[in-house]
Amino acid sequence: MIKPGDFVEARRRLAAKPKGHRDKLMDAAEAVRLVCDGDVIAVGGCCFSRPPMLLIREILRQGRRDLTIVRNLMAQEMELFLVAGAVRTLVASWMGPGLPWGLSRPLRHYVESGEVRFEEWSHLAIGLRFRAAAMGMPFLPTESMLGSDLMGVGSARTMTCPYTGETLCLVPALFPDVAILHVHRADRYGNCQIDGYPHMDADIASAATTVLVTAEEIVDEDLIKRQPDRTVIPDLVVDAVVHAPFGAFPGECYGLYETDFSHLDAYAAAQDEKGLDAVREYLDRYVYGPPTHQAYLDLFGPEALARQQRAARELVGGDPL
Amino acid sequence: MTTYTASELLCVMAARRLADGMTVFAGVGLPLLSVVLAKRTHAPRLTMVVEGGVIGCEVVPGRLPISTNEMRLAHRATMLPGITDLFLLAQRGYIDVAFMGGAQIDQHGNVNTSVIGHYDHPRVRLPGSGGANDIASLCSELVIVTMHEKRRFVPRVDFVTSPGFLDGGDARRRAGLCFGTVSQVITNLGLFGFDDASRAMRLDALHPGVTIDDVRAQTGFEVLIADPVAVTAPPTDTELAILRSLDADRRFLG
Repeated sequence: MIKPGDFVEARRRLAAKPKGHRDKLMDAAEAVRLVCDGDVIAVGGCCFSRPPMLLIREILRQGRRDLTIVRNLMAQEMELFLVAGAVRTLVASWMGPGLPWGLSRPLRHYVESGEVRFEEWSHLAIGLRFRAAAMGMPFLPTESMLGSDLMGVGSARTMTCPYTGETLCLVPALFPDVAILHVHRADRYGNCQIDGYPHMDADIASAATTVLVTAEEIVDEDLIKRQPDRTVIPDLVVDAVVHAPFGAFPGECYGLYETDFSHLDAYAAAQDEKGLDAVREYLDRYVYGPPTHQAYLDLFGPEALARQQRAARELVGGDPL
Repeated sequence: MTTYTASELLCVMAARRLADGMTVFAGVGLPLLSVVLAKRTHAPRLTMVVEGGVIGCEVVPGRLPISTNEMRLAHRATMLPGITDLFLLAQRGYIDVAFMGGAQIDQHGNVNTSVIGHYDHPRVRLPGSGGANDIASLCSELVIVTMHEKRRFVPRVDFVTSPGFLDGGDARRRAGLCFGTVSQVITNLGLFGFDDASRAMRLDALHPGVTIDDVRAQTGFEVLIADPVAVTAPPTDTELAILRSLDADRRFLG
């Protein structure tokens, strides 16, 4: 784990990593072997949008422990991390199962008991911590968080601006050991293109030491070269590329499939009935049970997947619905 | 007489607060419904911004979003910037007004969405800031929209997630916050402002049928009373019809 803001150590670590143009296509199990117990993992996407679910399931299947997970807005995926016993610290601005379903039971259970620490920052502060790291700098200043009790939770500081004399909030660069991201398309070298919401993924990729990417589609390098303006993560920073159609499901992938809200409704209803045991059963059925990604998708069935694809096409067509 | 729920009343009062041409930071749920209602009545040129990274959203009735960064919000939007860059637009000064709710609100307009009890051993761990702290720190004007309950309206929040006037007076400016203010609190009982000097909450207007004693009974601190106290106009049939068409299955309106 790199100390917050330690840009010198972060750069030293990069010096040791192979960065050349090479084939990085592999399966999820092989990619996740690059994750170690105790790592700080930054999770891409935001809330239900592009959560890298295949990589998350694989990290839990391989039984990684004592992780620090960083994500701007955490949702169902973090309940799985918590109940699987994989997490020591959460770094986030928000965590909930989604507006219609109230407070997160696993969050309440693990944080109120003191088993897991929730290091809360503002949403922008999380973004600036990744951006500072992506810039290779120790911190960024902001007008957010000043005067609030969030100043006392993490390692934010204040300084007097040398130009204006104003008090500024400083947030330290966050250099994750590993970034896990799901994108629309990548070539086998790791050049990544994202449609729709970019979220913080490009900053996260530059900030991390090791970068694991799943992609809906693996494309020929020639396609990337014909539209290089669409590439948002360069192959230089990527260490593993995994082919994962529906890799964010039951979350959404912009333009391709919508979040399966009926699945989340059922998941929330099961928790209302059985509490955390419902999450344990969910882990058995959806995470530990299916031996392959295809076996996981088969649990939902082709009709459910097709329905979510239709919903996505309706929403991003640009025509009034 | 037209009947309406407390949620519908909140949405209508919040919508009326918006002037045409403004840029509004909206959360999902009731705030989003308020902005869409304003757009469809008196403020067609409102620009709606949502923290997941959306500028210029439109909303499809019956397909209301439940999070701030999903395709339902991107439908016919004008731009999907990254989240960090969207908040930096707010820091630069491009967002006029924002709506926010909270688990606790105090007499100086501070909002708590983090913990009930102590931070390290909370009695209730709430979801957290999300963009609320940034919105309260960076937008030009914050409007708090919430149900009015004694357990919610406390003398001092357990945790300041989003800064209002902090300890009152000029405490906000002294903390280094150069921008923003809490201009109004809209509840199902009335409309509230803040005293210019002390920055303590003041009842400015009551909704039809509500008394000052009702407000006092539901407020955990001594609230200032304007003289005179105005009375708001009740929601119109048009306003209610638009709201109900947006959320026909009443996922948010209750």
